[in-house]
Amino acid sequence: MKNNDCQSSLIKCQSVSKSYGDVQALCEVSFQVEEGELYGLIGPDGAGKTTLFRILTTLMLPDSGSAEVAGLDSISDYRDIRNRIGYMPGKFSLYQDLSVEENLNFFATLFGTSLHENYDLIRDIYVQIEPFKTRRAGNLSGGMKQKLALCCALIHRPSVLFLDEPTTGVDAVSRREFWGMLKNLKREGITILVSTPYMDEATLCDRIALIQSGKILSIDTPRRIIDKYAGTLYAVKAENVGRWARDIRKKKDIKSCFAFGESLHVSFTQSTGTAPYHLRDWLLAKGCENVEVKPITPDIEDCFIQLMEDGG
Amino acid sequence: MKEIVIQVDELTKEFGHFVAVDKITFEVYKSEIFGFLGANGAGKTTAMRMLCGLSVPSSGNATVAGFDVYRQTEQIKKSIGYMSQKFSLYEDLTVAENIHLFGGIYGLTNRQMKEGRDRLVERLGLHNEMKKRVGALPMGWKQKLAFSLAILHRPRVVFLDEPTGGVDPITRRQFWDLIYEATEEGITVFVTTHYMDEAEYCDRISMMVDGKIEALDSPANLKRRFSASSMDEVFFQLARGAKRN
Repeated sequence: MKNNDCQSSLIKCQSVSKSYGDVQALCEVSFQVEEGELYGLIGPDGAGKTTLFRILTTLMLPDSGSAEVAGLDSISDYRDIRNRIGYMPGKFSLYQDLSVEENLNFFATLFGTSLHENYDLIRDIYVQIEPFKTRRAGNLSGGMKQKLALCCALIHRPSVLFLDEPTTGVDAVSRREFWGMLKNLKREGITILVSTPYMDEATLCDRIALIQSGKILSIDTPRRIIDKYAGTLYAVKAENVGRWARDIRKKKDIKSCFAFGESLHVSFTQSTGTAPYHLRDWLLAKGCENVEVKPITPDIEDCFIQLMEDGG
Repeated sequence: MKEIVIQVDELTKEFGHFVAVDKITFEVYKSEIFGFLGANGAGKTTAMRMLCGLSVPSSGNATVAGFDVYRQTEQIKKSIGYMSQKFSLYEDLTVAENIHLFGGIYGLTNRQMKEGRDRLVERLGLHNEMKKRVGALPMGWKQKLAFSLAILHRPRVVFLDEPTGGVDPITRRQFWDLIYEATEEGITVFVTTHYMDEAEYCDRISMMVDGKIEALDSPANLKRRFSASSMDEVFFQLARGAKRN
């Protein structure tokens, strides 16, 4: 892990704030992305991710604070930044009535390059959409549009790639494929800042910043954020356990109880050992079958929930 | 004998040569949480539109709340609720105005309107927000309000199209508490989602691949059948071979 030396940071955000009327979208946000990192900005809708991306890609001015990309200031050096970065905004923003080929050639021309020049970089992605190269972009499926948009963002071999919610609204299989492509790009030395509301994608990043309501909740590697989880977390499994969540939450010795797929994630107010057994017995007494209460390692979503609850 | 609320028999939708929905057949029972899953391009949205009375099938049959999808689309629309990410609330109207508007659209009597409004406000804790513009509410409150309005008229079935997309993890779970409560009142919930952990909260799941239903069962049975430890794995196994993405 590199030193957090200011000189090597490829993206730097210092106390950036932005409001839209009386809605504060970003409140003193600071973070840095080092060269070659795959860095995740993790947070739900309304957290401020898109606003932050627009500021970093020079499309919007912050109210206060500063932003730098590749050592260039986002306000005074915006033209130079725009030549060096690749940007894939949240909504599909390519030309719907141009074909796949036409879109790629258009972006290549804008950046003074060609599809051939940097073909090796996009080849693995492009071959998946090549069979459809004469199809209009508007007629592509969601997953194909995503791949095309990524190719267009890479066509000029940028040193930094900004991907704003590239996997939103896309099914679980396509999401996995997409992250596979990002890992390959990282190997090419491209620094990647990607935002996502999907907490399970956080573990695929080198470092992550958790963001909610315009504020940063935590910044670290996924592993260390998990290590910082306060207290012990338990997974409670039983037949139809989800239907018991509300009743469990009302019990005195329960600190938190949230549904997580086929189990409930529960933390207790006391750190000593008998509460989990009491809960198990309570569920058995209610007639639940196959009851299991055991400690688990939290995941990023558990940590996000804890930080949200602590933050108030 | 379980009461059938949605009955679908070889339902098909073609656009020219392209068969978007290919002879799907299934039933949904009262008070069920029915998960309607599938990869992008699988045909889910097209199928849902037919069930909501918004699109005429090419062939096959279906009834929703007892009404036929070819001939009784207006009755279907009155018997169902609908919520999607793209449309749910009027952002420029206040909370009170939205409640009033939806109540009017559903044809509620004054008494039903009052009961519905009081119940909603109490459940969501919106006492102090009634005069606020919906657009100014935090995202989480909007989602919960949108769902509550979709069931204001106590429909037999509510259709939810990716209702929790992008929402924070706490709100997502509070939303599912609301879904459970609705089923306890006898409302059937038909939901699509990309969150595989939410698939676990459903009583049964159907998975569409390339226009067809490739699997239909409870989450527990599906995991057993595919030797998977999570719905994520089940989805991955089924959707991996899809040709339409």
